[in-house]
Amino acid sequence: MNTLSHLDVLEAEAIHIMREVVAEVENPVMMYSVGKDSAVMLHLALKAFAPGKLPFPLLHVDTGFKFREMIAFRDQMQKDYGFDLIVHQNQDGLDAGINPFDHGSDVHTNIMKTEGLKQALDAGGFDAAFGGARRDEEATRAKERVFSFRTKTHGWDPKNQRPELWSLYNAHKNIGESIRVFPMSNWTEFDVWQYIYEQNIPIVPLYLAAKRPVVERDGVLIMVDDDRLPLRDGEIPMQKMVRFRTLGCYPLTGAVESKAATLPEIIQETLVARVSERSGRMIDHDQAASMEKKKREGYF
Amino acid sequence: MSQDMTVGQKASQKAIAEVKAYIDAQRQKTLLRFITCGSVDDGKSTLIGRLLFESKLLFDDQLENLKNVSKKLGTQGDDIDFALLVDGLAAEREQGITIDVAYRFFNTEQRKFIVIDTPGHEQYTRNMATGASQADLAVLMVDARQGLTTQTKRHAYIVQALGVKHIVVAINKMDLVDYGQDRFDELVENFRTFSQKIDMEAFTAIPMSALKGDNVLEASGHMDWYTGPTLMQHLNTVSVADEVAEKPFRMPVQWVNRPDLDFRGFAGRVVSGSLKVGDKITSMPSGKTSKLARVYTVDGDLDEVLAGQSVTLCLEDEIDASRGDILCAGDANLPQQSDNFHVKILWMSEQKLRVGRTFRMKIGAHTVNASVTQTKHVIDVNTLQHISAETLELNEIGECIVRTERPICFEPYANNREMGGFILIDKITNATMAMGLIADAHSGADLDQRTQELTIDRAARADQKRQVPLTVWFTGLKRSGKTYIANALERKLFARGCHSFILDPGNVLPGMSEDLDFESSDQIENVRRVAHMSKLMNDAGLIVMTCFTSPLSFERRMARRIIGTENFLEIHMDTPIEISLAQDSQGYFEKARRGEIKNVAGIDMRFEPPKAADLTFSLRKHSPEDAADIILAKLTEMGVLGG
Ligand SMILES: Nc1nc2c(ncn2[C@@H]2O[C@H](COP(=O)(O)OP(=O)(O)OP(=O)(O)O)[C@@H](O)[C@H]2O)c(=O)[nH]1
Ligand SMILES: [Mg+2]
Repeated sequence: MNTLSHLDVLEAEAIHIMREVVAEVENPVMMYSVGKDSAVMLHLALKAFAPGKLPFPLLHVDTGFKFREMIAFRDQMQKDYGFDLIVHQNQDGLDAGINPFDHGSDVHTNIMKTEGLKQALDAGGFDAAFGGARRDEEATRAKERVFSFRTKTHGWDPKNQRPELWSLYNAHKNIGESIRVFPMSNWTEFDVWQYIYEQNIPIVPLYLAAKRPVVERDGVLIMVDDDRLPLRDGEIPMQKMVRFRTLGCYPLTGAVESKAATLPEIIQETLVARVSERSGRMIDHDQAASMEKKKREGYF
Repeated sequence: MSQDMTVGQKASQKAIAEVKAYIDAQRQKTLLRFITCGSVDDGKSTLIGRLLFESKLLFDDQLENLKNVSKKLGTQGDDIDFALLVDGLAAEREQGITIDVAYRFFNTEQRKFIVIDTPGHEQYTRNMATGASQADLAVLMVDARQGLTTQTKRHAYIVQALGVKHIVVAINKMDLVDYGQDRFDELVENFRTFSQKIDMEAFTAIPMSALKGDNVLEASGHMDWYTGPTLMQHLNTVSVADEVAEKPFRMPVQWVNRPDLDFRGFAGRVVSGSLKVGDKITSMPSGKTSKLARVYTVDGDLDEVLAGQSVTLCLEDEIDASRGDILCAGDANLPQQSDNFHVKILWMSEQKLRVGRTFRMKIGAHTVNASVTQTKHVIDVNTLQHISAETLELNEIGECIVRTERPICFEPYANNREMGGFILIDKITNATMAMGLIADAHSGADLDQRTQELTIDRAARADQKRQVPLTVWFTGLKRSGKTYIANALERKLFARGCHSFILDPGNVLPGMSEDLDFESSDQIENVRRVAHMSKLMNDAGLIVMTCFTSPLSFERRMARRIIGTENFLEIHMDTPIEISLAQDSQGYFEKARRGEIKNVAGIDMRFEPPKAADLTFSLRKHSPEDAADIILAKLTEMGVLGG
């Protein structure tokens, strides 16, 4: 008797969720952050709806401080797969010159990412948005449903989540509400890497170790991706073999020193890793329970 | 430089070989989803934290964070509070309890695990059920000091009803009863007695201390009298073979993939059985048959599909199947069809069940209108007595009769979970109100509905009044002029000597519907009552006008069905909302805007305009007198007003 492997089960579950959304909501969109989870989510979506085209557009909220390689990769993927891509930047934030250096990571993330996202969802009239978040990322995510409802102002009410029974998803929402859907809820970081490896999914090269110019700040290696990063006294960019376990805004994302320049080596390193991938995201260090607070405010 | 590369390449080749071997090993691993459940504070979250900690699956930064938060909250003195690993919400940490389900992941040499921590509080039973509906195994925790509580029994009942395959009864906090065997044996015996009453076939009992780690991973040094497996040993070895693979092939059609005229694929997830290319297929409920032509995937076609896979199937013939239909193997042993069912329901809403109210029922990929027509009894989970009941309240489990608007395909839940499990969705708040398990079809007719023989019938009463009774049903937003026009119309009818009556919130809410909450789906119940009242008044020979928002088209369909299409005149008040707002002297809309009143059509709830109202008016275009004259003309034309 043929049985499904662990990854087969996760894949089937994710595809089922995506099709359920397309069948039940009017105007879905897929968040595309260009990271590895987005890469897997896109791959799953292409499988779910093949041979047809993706029945929804992809949305990238560009904070203006993404790694240059991410933008290049995004545009290449769009060329290769021909999906509809919406790129949104918070114009108000741009006009106000919001940046992580002068305003701090919290303000920058809030205005350029959280507010930018709300603007883009409102402008597109999207009533459901797929996200690549996983429950293994941190304790708040571990509590979230696959179909997660947001109020008119995009806030999350964690104490009032709908029961979610079997794989029967209730996609009916009230006026003004929208849904975040997380098809990869039950995947772990390791599952993502294994799947990328087995399915040969293209990812941004930043995940692979290479010599890159970095400075060390408060114990974190920050890549000098362009000349907007103000160097502090005595800081001189050094070339180091580094890679990223998670990707975001380059001034806010820590690199790890690594020689893993191929996928198998990364998988090997992941197996023995002693710190979680999120530790590279500076925004999560800001305060305890920060994620729940951010999500209540409308962070994805 | 070149030397560097060779070293690098060698490392990489070694890594590739190792990773390949590792991944092959991962491929062999099976997946087990389990929940922890039981009473409040029995140690469920602590156990999971302990499992994660001892499996060395915590990252250094997570551990560091856990230590800091434990210290800050001081729940375990200076020690680590493992429950904080899963109790991730601010409210949970403040109160030291679990409110909602948490999902955690770990793996061993043998298996991958998804562990679902569920809350013990009765108030959050629906969250526990969410976890249980996804589990293959349940670890039911019992505090060795407390013994079996009502909540332990409730959870045992739920996991048994949901068909969770394996049950572990973890007698926890053994450290607080001196690791005594007598207490353990006593509790196991108590549970055995209860388990037999709920037809639970088997369970595995383990004495444990989640806090100290006894019998969690390692065998305890304090309980030599226990020779069975530790929890982890059991989790690693319990069989996960799934009998759905052996059952007849079923696939609910989720979505029809039709990118161009040449391709037509039925997308869905196989819920049971398997099917090979060339095998015969029947689409239900149409009963049309065909054969499996191909199984499409991006990486090339497959020749077989298995239970659990999400697939795209192409059939040999152009048969018309759509979302919600079920593709089945062969042409025998097909699922049953019915519109009337015996079900078990777990009620999940603060608002109690109202018999007769219409809900959306979602079963598989199918959504259909349905209502609970009868509650047979609620089950007292403590004594397992059946207590007769008119309703179900939050977290109550009951046996009921459910009727659907149209027949649906199903199988008893006990045979096939995905073909017999359903949820009920509120039509107004869209909340998930209940989970249900179909036991079997119900042949109807036990509703005692004798029609009373009346000597003076409806026609006689109408003749006496020299009119044809009917109901003029006004629908439209608040302050759109429904009552205004109904009054103008009634004055004219009265002047002509007609016998009529107006049903309006003013005379219905204080009496007949005083028990209803108008900020909820009770609105629908009110419409149902008004429709029945109108029908009785029509039977009495009266012309009735009703003035209720009735914003949803299905509500008006229901009213039309109750009253009878031939007696039903639908009038849509299509007054622009600005004008209604200007009429709003009591500040009703303003309050709704501020969220002080909920579920007000046009503000935070949709209004579905009628597609084919008999007449449509707007206060912008029509004075009440003009509108009343137009309705009067219509009634005359219909012959309602006699001679
Ligand atoms: N002595 C002792 N205390 C324990 C044991 N297991 C849990 N506790 C304590 O019991 C209390 C409740 O533990 P939790 O893990 O939060 O209980 P829970 O079952 O998850 O509670 P809810 O989720 O709110 O229903 C905490 O103070 C734990 O430290 C045990 O084996 N021995
Ligand atoms: Mg708990």
